[in-house]
Formats: sequence, structure tokens, C-alpha cells
Amino acid sequence: MINGAAVGCIYALVALGFVLIYKATEVVNFAQGDLLMLGAFIAFTLIALMGWSYWIALPVTAVILAAFGWGLDRAVFRRVIGQPQFAIIMVTIGIGIIMRAGVSMVPQWGTETYSIDTPFSNKVVRFGDIVVAQEYLSIIAGTAILCVVLYLFFRRSRLGIAMQAASQNQLAAYYMGIPVKTVFSMIWGISAAVATVAGILLAPVSLIEANMGLIGLKAFPAAVLGGFGSIPGAVVGGLIIGIIEQLSAAYLPDGFKDVAAYIVLLAVLVVRPEGLFGESMRKKV
Amino acid sequence: MSEPLLNVANIETYYGPIMAIRGISLEARQGSIVTVLGANGAGKTTILKTISGVMDPQKGTVTFDGQEIQRQDPDKVMRYGLSHVPEGREVFPLLSVRENLMMGAYTRKDADGIAQDMELVYTYFPVLKERSEQPAGQLSGGEQQMLAISRAMMARPKMMLLDEPSLGLSPRLVKEIFEIIVRMNREQGMTMLLVEQNAHMALNAADYGYVLEVGRIVMGDTCARLKESDDIKEFYLGIKEHGARGKRRWKRKKTWR
Ligand SMILES: Nc1ncnc2c1ncn2[C@@H]1O[C@H](COP(=O)(O)OP(=O)(O)O)[C@@H](O)[C@H]1O
Ligand SMILES: [Mg+2]
Repeated sequence: MINGAAVGCIYALVALGFVLIYKATEVVNFAQGDLLMLGAFIAFTLIALMGWSYWIALPVTAVILAAFGWGLDRAVFRRVIGQPQFAIIMVTIGIGIIMRAGVSMVPQWGTETYSIDTPFSNKVVRFGDIVVAQEYLSIIAGTAILCVVLYLFFRRSRLGIAMQAASQNQLAAYYMGIPVKTVFSMIWGISAAVATVAGILLAPVSLIEANMGLIGLKAFPAAVLGGFGSIPGAVVGGLIIGIIEQLSAAYLPDGFKDVAAYIVLLAVLVVRPEGLFGESMRKKV
Repeated sequence: MSEPLLNVANIETYYGPIMAIRGISLEARQGSIVTVLGANGAGKTTILKTISGVMDPQKGTVTFDGQEIQRQDPDKVMRYGLSHVPEGREVFPLLSVRENLMMGAYTRKDADGIAQDMELVYTYFPVLKERSEQPAGQLSGGEQQMLAISRAMMARPKMMLLDEPSLGLSPRLVKEIFEIIVRMNREQGMTMLLVEQNAHMALNAADYGYVLEVGRIVMGDTCARLKESDDIKEFYLGIKEHGARGKRRWKRKKTWR
């Protein structure tokens, strides 16, 4: 259950990145999982190869990836906006593939799998009779902290509210003097940084490798489950899928684990097509 | 006389191959309310969008406060002191009324001044204060219009562009909103460019008016004189005199060009 919730947290963070970008720019970014992968590789380089402390490497990697996400928007997505949704999705898939290929070509990275030692590796916490690995708890705690920080940022700060405003009505945001294009690039940066944190939190329990971004395929149903466009929905969707996956691995025949997410998704969409937290309000561009 | 605050000279703006406004010139003096009257599709919104930078004119210049601003991005134009109240209100539906107003003041840094202006717009529209924590999407059409005007005011602009504030509102609400637009002009010295289909309200509120027909300005005069003009009376105020309307309309329009 704890393990499921922890994995669910990772899905939640990746899904949150999907949703942030989608709400602002209506781009469905299939490269979200690959951002997570790239972040994990950079953290691996800093920690395992260069001997940095985990606590320094974490924010530094997040900043590097934020800059990467920002640059991706400026260099690519700002130019393709307004093209058919289908074309833009192809672009995001293409970028994901390029990132995967690029990472496997880096000499010290390649196609091997790696792990990093974190302050949480190989330690356990006991709650009475229950023993829980710290790695899993760190994922849950890290996700909770990140969600609170993001919540406060989007709800309380002027820039955060301006990001919401630009997502809700782009033209009106321009009229307010909000630099909409810059704000969208920042949202890309935030999404990439969130994916990175997810990647680093995930690193102790999963291995770092070029294909780890495929986790995005699980996060995507999480986002849809939550109503694609709802941030709390993405988080809840991620948790639900993580937990169901773990339960089906424990109690159902082999193979169910990987399809469980999609079965749940289909079931929910049949009953509630707008997702669990779907908003009926349409966005104006 | 001093230079007008806003001077639009011979602008032509296209939607693809379609020329929506065909060489328009107008001006607004500091402290005045200027109106552009025109039927649906005449090009009123296009004029305002061209001024505020959402659309780029193929030809012509827009001079605001001594500076040429045509073809600049709207967030830049806004920083010169031009606030746009768009057609159809365009509030941020999921933000609260208060947050919408804060976004109006996005470019300002003076926290005290912002707080004062928040109180000021609440005195003009007390209903917004009552609803300050509600999402703007839950407000009625009239309340959203009030919010859109207040949000533009929060920027403390030198001039406001108002696109059909009467659209879709009951006559009583239209009257109320126009009274407040006039009060803002008198009390805050706010210069306004108001485009309207509702000629009756606009001519009573404004000092100077232009008449727009299919992308061209066909008349421009003080509102006092416009109200006396037979053409305006007949075609925009709906006061019919004698004679067959269709025939007269055709003749009249000829004399305008
Ligand atoms: N997005 C658009 N694409 C093509 N033509 C448009 C578009 N918007 C407006 N037009 C045309 O431009 C002309 C002026 O429109 P508009 O400025 O919106 O008029 P108004 O605000 O006076 O109703 C109309 O003939 C309209 O059909
Ligand atoms: Mg219009």
C-alpha cells in the first residue's frame, strides 16, 4: 500500500507536469517522462560521478531542467503553437525520442542502468510492526512538500496567479500586461523541474536508464483520470493508479499490473467522461 | 490646442485577405470620452484591437502620448497606459473577483496605491466588494462587465478602450454602467474611447463621436451636433421622420461619401 502510494506519487508529479502545460498552452507533452529521465541522469552525474551531496544536486538539477524546459518552449513549442493538435503531439513524441537517443549516446551514460545513493537508501522506518523503506517514504514526503509549495505559489503569489490567468484567458492576460509568452515558458520550466524532482525521488527505487521515461505512459492515464486540466485531479489520479497497480500485482495474475491503469481509466471514463475532477468551464484562447 | 492623447491616422487592418478597416483616422483629447458608433460587423472591435496591439495594421500609425505604438505587442502597449476592456468582458473565470482586480494591477509595483484603487473601484461598483471572493465565472453578465471595467481601471491607465460595454445587458444595467463610465471620466479624468452599437447611450455619454460603416468613418462631430443630425436620428437613434426609409437610406449614404 505504501509502495503503491509512493509509485502513485511519481505518476502524480509527472501527471501534474502534463496538466500544467496542457492548461496553459493546450499542448499534450508526451516528452514529460523523458524530462524525468534526463533529470535523473543529470542528478546521477552530479552525485555518483562528481560526488556532489544529494541535497545540493537536487535543486541544481531541478534548475538545470527548468532552464531546459524553458528553452524547449522558446526554441520549439512557441513556434508550433496554433498548428493542429495532432502535429504538436507528434513533435512532443519526437522530442522524447531524441532525448532518449541523445542520452544513450552520452559516453558516461549510454544504455546501461544506474542507481544513485541517496540519504534514504537502504534504511527503514518502523511503525509498530510495519517496516517501511525510507526510500518510499521520501517519495511520499517529497511529493507532499512539492505539492504544498506549488499550491502556495499558484494560489498566493502574484506570478502564480498571473500564470493561472494566462492559462484561463490568454488574450485578457495580454491586456493586463502579463507577458504571456514568457509566462508559458516559465510553466514549461516548472513542469520540467517537477518531473526532475520526480525522477530523483524515483531513482533509489527504480533504476536510472534511458527508457525510464516510459513511466509517462502510466502518468498520462493518471492525468486523464483526474480530468486533464485539474491539478488536484492529476495528483489524486496518480495516487489511485499507483495503488491499484500495486494491489493488482499482489492479488491478481501476472500481467494485470501493467494494464490495471488503463482498465481503471476506461471504467472511469465510461461513467464520468470528464474525469474525476473535470471542469465544465471551457478555456478561451 | 495641445496634441491629442491618442491619434490614429489612416490605419488599414486585414483579416487574411479581407480588409476590415479601410483607412481610419480618429483622435481623442485628454480627459474626453470619444465614441465610435457602428452596426455589428462595422469594424469597431478591429479598431480597438489595432490600437491595443492585438492586430497589426498594414498601413497607418497609432500615436499615443507622443509615441508611435502600432504593431507592438499588447502587453507592451498596455504599459504605455492604455487599458482595454474587451468585448464580451473576458474575465478570468476561475480567479476570484479580487484576484481579477489584482491582475488588472499586474504591471504596478505600488502596493498602497493598488489597495487604494481596489477600494476606489469598490465604491464605484459595491457589488464587486460583496462578491470579492467569488470566482468571476459565477458573476452575472452585468457584474462581469463591471469587473472588466474595474480591472482595466486597476492599471491606472491614461486612457481606457471600451468595447461595447452594453452588449447583452438589460437597459437598466446599461444605464447604470454608463453612468459610472461618465463618473469615472469626470472624477478620475479618465480619457475613454468607447465603441458602441447603442448610439443612444453612447451619444449621451460621449463628447465627440464618429460614425463607422463597413470599415470607414463616414461622420465625425461633437455628440451634441450628432444627436441633431437627421441621419443619426433616423439610422442610429431610430427616430423616424417622414418618407420611405429604404430609399432615403440609400440616398443618405451616398451623400456621406
Ligand atoms: N477573426 C476574423 N476573421 C475574419 N474576419 C473577421 C474576423 N473578425 C472579424 N472579421 C470581419 O471584420 C469585420 C469587422 O469586424 P469587427 O471589428 O468585429 O466588427 P464590430 O466589432 O464592429 O462588430 C466584419 O466584417 C467581420 O466579419
Ligand atoms: Mg465588436
